[in-house]
Amino acid sequence: MSSRFRNTAFAGQRGRSGYGCHPERSEGTIAMAFNRPFGSFASLRMTIASLRMTIFATTVLTLVGCQREERNFQGMPPSATSTMPATRQTGLQPGPPVRSGPMNGPYEQNAYGVSQGKTLYNQFNCSGCHFQGGGGIGPPLMDDQWVYGSSPENIFETIVEGRPNGMPSFGGKISPDQIWQITAYVRSMSGLLRKDVATGRNDDMQVRSQEQAADKAKPVQSVIPPSAERQ
Amino acid sequence: MSAAAAPAPVPQPPPAFEDRERVRRELEQTWDQPPGLVPWLTSVDHKSIAKRYIVTAFVFFVLAGLEAATMRAQLARPENNVLGPDAYNQFFTMHGVTMMFLFAVPIMEAMGLYFVPLMIGARNVAFPRLNAYGYWVYLCGGIFLYLMFFLNTGPDVGWFGYVPLSGPEFSPGKRADVYAQAITFTEIAALVGSVELIVTIFKNRAPGMTLNRMPLFVWAMLVQAFMVLFAMPWVATATQFLAMDRLIATHFFNPAEGGDALLWQHLFWFFGHPEVYIIFVPALGFVSSIVATFTRRPVFGYPVMVLSMIATGFLGFGLWVHHMFTTGLPQLGQSFFTGASMMIAIPSGIQIFCWIATIWAGRPRFTVPFLFVLGFVVLFIIGGFTGVMIASVPFDQQVHDSYFIVAHFHYVLIGGAVFPLFGAFYYWFPKVTGRMLSERLGRWNFWLFFIGMNLTFFPMHQLGFEGMPRRVYTYLPETGWGDLNLLATLGAVTIATSMLLFVINVVKSLRAGLPAGDDPWGGETLEWATTSPPRHYNFEYPPVVESRSPMWESGPEMPVVTGLRTDVRDTLVTTLLDAEPDSKHRHPNPSIWPLLAAVATTVLFVTLIFTPWGAVIGTPLLLLTLLGWGWPRGREKWEQQLVESEA
Amino acid sequence: MTASGMLSLIQQSHSVLNPSSPQARLIDRLWDAMYLVSVIVFLLVVAALLWGTFRRRGPEAPETDPGRERSLTTAVSIATALTVLILFGFLIYDVAVGRQLTRGFGKEALQIRVIGHQWWWEVQYRDSIPKNWATTANEIHIPAGRPVALELLSNDVIHSFWPPTISQKRDLIPGKDNSLWLQADTPGVYRGQCAEYCGNQHAKMGFLVIADRPDSFASWLARQRDTALTPTTALTRRGQEVFLASTCVMCHAISGTPAGSRIGPDLTHLASRQTIAAGTLPNTRGNLAGWIVNPQSIKPGTRMPPNQLDPNDLQALLAYLESLK
Repeated sequence: MSSRFRNTAFAGQRGRSGYGCHPERSEGTIAMAFNRPFGSFASLRMTIASLRMTIFATTVLTLVGCQREERNFQGMPPSATSTMPATRQTGLQPGPPVRSGPMNGPYEQNAYGVSQGKTLYNQFNCSGCHFQGGGGIGPPLMDDQWVYGSSPENIFETIVEGRPNGMPSFGGKISPDQIWQITAYVRSMSGLLRKDVATGRNDDMQVRSQEQAADKAKPVQSVIPPSAERQ
Repeated sequence: MSAAAAPAPVPQPPPAFEDRERVRRELEQTWDQPPGLVPWLTSVDHKSIAKRYIVTAFVFFVLAGLEAATMRAQLARPENNVLGPDAYNQFFTMHGVTMMFLFAVPIMEAMGLYFVPLMIGARNVAFPRLNAYGYWVYLCGGIFLYLMFFLNTGPDVGWFGYVPLSGPEFSPGKRADVYAQAITFTEIAALVGSVELIVTIFKNRAPGMTLNRMPLFVWAMLVQAFMVLFAMPWVATATQFLAMDRLIATHFFNPAEGGDALLWQHLFWFFGHPEVYIIFVPALGFVSSIVATFTRRPVFGYPVMVLSMIATGFLGFGLWVHHMFTTGLPQLGQSFFTGASMMIAIPSGIQIFCWIATIWAGRPRFTVPFLFVLGFVVLFIIGGFTGVMIASVPFDQQVHDSYFIVAHFHYVLIGGAVFPLFGAFYYWFPKVTGRMLSERLGRWNFWLFFIGMNLTFFPMHQLGFEGMPRRVYTYLPETGWGDLNLLATLGAVTIATSMLLFVINVVKSLRAGLPAGDDPWGGETLEWATTSPPRHYNFEYPPVVESRSPMWESGPEMPVVTGLRTDVRDTLVTTLLDAEPDSKHRHPNPSIWPLLAAVATTVLFVTLIFTPWGAVIGTPLLLLTLLGWGWPRGREKWEQQLVESEA
Repeated sequence: MTASGMLSLIQQSHSVLNPSSPQARLIDRLWDAMYLVSVIVFLLVVAALLWGTFRRRGPEAPETDPGRERSLTTAVSIATALTVLILFGFLIYDVAVGRQLTRGFGKEALQIRVIGHQWWWEVQYRDSIPKNWATTANEIHIPAGRPVALELLSNDVIHSFWPPTISQKRDLIPGKDNSLWLQADTPGVYRGQCAEYCGNQHAKMGFLVIADRPDSFASWLARQRDTALTPTTALTRRGQEVFLASTCVMCHAISGTPAGSRIGPDLTHLASRQTIAAGTLPNTRGNLAGWIVNPQSIKPGTRMPPNQLDPNDLQALLAYLESLK
């Protein structure tokens, strides 16, 4: 205990006042509040500028949350889909190609849809040929080479119609809504979806890095193999 | 501290009246908080901050209550369509998170932050700016959570967020990340509050207030603060593990890669069980204060009461596996937790017996606070008994995760914590605002609350027995659960009405309530020794305490301490055990840095939800604000003060 | 099974306090004891509280009376000692019941594997000969009076298996193999629901435990082990074609046909089950039609998508499914 304190009276009514009689007036509250390390005005501007930027970025990311977080259980209304013919075995088709529903990838910004797509990808055994995106029997899906196009409509058509050299046609077998979900997931494998929409890791053995961390592989039209060219 | 020789002491007569007037004027000026936005944003007055906490927490209470009302509307009839499954999941999660994290713990800590310095004769809490920071972080966290809720990104995994459901595979999007980070805000605020309480209680008590003379409420807050300190880091750990699993593909909870789904439950409940005692122990303090004042005698069995609260605090950490009795853990191990869970009923029982003894030996006065205490005893015993029942492994394995559990914890939380809290509102409203609440409206409030609470939650015991599980958005008509659910919904309407009456009471009394004066109830502790509401500096001179009931024993002739400066914010620091004067501490003037630091903290955690680079963005920002916060004041002022002191 | 049939079934069979098994009875007795003691103590304490509050007092201010303080100390000490004794008694009783419930079951126990999915129950009757395995969904048949050992696994998140009338609950945790043994005293139908929050349709993840007489159980199991009945009429044959040609085959298995997917419930003996959609709807033609066409309107968020089918195809499909006894 400091001797200075001991001599001031702390106990009992017989006190004597401790320190001198020069009361310090407090300065204006604002200057006092900022405590002037760098000069109050400069620090204020800096703080406001960085605040504004972060608020903007966060606002954007949170506002898109409405779309990202939507859980669309009903999928597309039944009237939007045309009846699918049963299994098709070849790429040769009579008549115009089958079109179905919206062609703009409804789940591109929807995390729930992408997550469902990932589950379906494994359950419907896409991984049987394409593995976890690295390819094997089928071509890889996580690289930048796209034989039949990388846009959502292209991928949807590929899954619906099938492709030469072994890609089955799932047209009547998987509902269009689920095919859109798988489409969105396939695109996420090469980093084409926004990072907050792509999926995280599986609760399973880790056989690939999480899709959220996939580097964006800018799609490049790859050459159609000769065996697949239509005669 | 100067090494020069101190001046020789000169005895002086006690301060004359003109001196006291001058002291008061100077204190007013030094500790002033003028009206206006900037003083409000920069305030470091513990009362101002605690009032904000209480009002904000009450707003969250109302929001969570509205969520509960919506849930009850959905469950009133089978196969109802007020809320679909996705919306219902968000609602019950938000109800749990809001009540537990945004209402219960903050409001209990806030009552401590307001009344503990007053009860121990201090001018402020030990670290005023940290206190402000805690509030701003809490406010930012709460606003953030509700903003995300309105943007369809509210958490939907339950307040307990079990993995793997909350993990990356089964919870797509950012909802569970919001859950993980929102909890972090509230936990920082709770830790800040607990640090404040511990240091203030240990080092800022009035001279003469030995540990043995501390009011029971202060003991309760001390125990609670230590519990927060040891429990909160575990929920931080758990939620950060979850956030990492989701964001950067770690495998803490992934059994296929060496993690464990049960690890989450252990970590969460090691926090989660002390959490409910963190909510409950301050309520014990409220009850002690109210019982003492309204039976006009000190609480019976002071040492036993203190030891019971400490025992509750310790034992509370040994119970957590009773939330996991159905997970297939070994039976012998589970039995230890049965034993511990039953053992904790003993200190609570002792406290109830001591209060009954106090009432028996005293002269009760039937004010509204006392009514709330009576309600507390009845409801808490019911909840306590169902608690002892579900401490048993076989019985819990039947009723776990059913509405029996919902009934149990609402009895102990509403009966055991919210009823004393409302009693404390009615008890201390005169001190905080200078006006009395209406007794008539208060009685209506109490009885509607009591009846509504029983009507809502007692049928839930039966629903649990009939097999109704928790967290279901609807149920089949064939189950026969519809009637009791409808009854529970009617009870919920009654509770809502009683809350409305409370709000009306507060608003009316703020405008036109009876003026209270310093000590309307004749209380025994030091907060009644100062004005209502207390001045910003609390006491003109710190009092000297000579007994456990200073207001009753020492009365108007209470000795005081002189010698603190009035031109700067001077406070007294005393020793831990015996509260002998030790040193003086200069408190900071109002400062904007706590608010800025809280905003930087918010930026850090919110960006961390979306990208791991958030750490890189947010941390330097936070460090910058801390730099501003801690920048030393000009040296010449200190030296001038030293020079003056030698003169 | 009609709706009213389901009503009476559930009301009888869904209560902790209506035990139909040795385990549930032990727990029911435990509850009775704890309830009785609790009520008595509650009444005593509340009586003490109210008496202490309302008792007549003299007009004088209370001075500290050492005699009264002493007697109060005695009273509180006695109350505390009684509390400790009662709690200790509870503890011993609890541990004893716990031990009885977890004692090992003998070799005569029937082993059944239950796998929890979001939001249905897969039930497997295994055997040393793989040909004799039977897989069904949401309905567990057990022989009455014989202990049954359930092996509880999870395919995705944590679920909890709880038929209150015959057994306490046990969680199904991914990465952890849990087990539960139970025994039904008498033949009957006992309903249960998932008791651990598992996502959107946690509320409608019910199941039935049906205790049969031993001979009925044996014949039921033999039928479950068989492959699906071959369709005999033109309509049911068309129905099988529709099944194999549309989305159904991607998720559901019917043994004896090319359909072999294990993603959704096994439908080989769908018509032998009393409910569909995990205990949500009675198994009638109308309910089945509604479920197939749009499961999302009954269980929003469930994994089965809406299926647009030509009305004639739908009728054929229903006829085929109803033939799968």
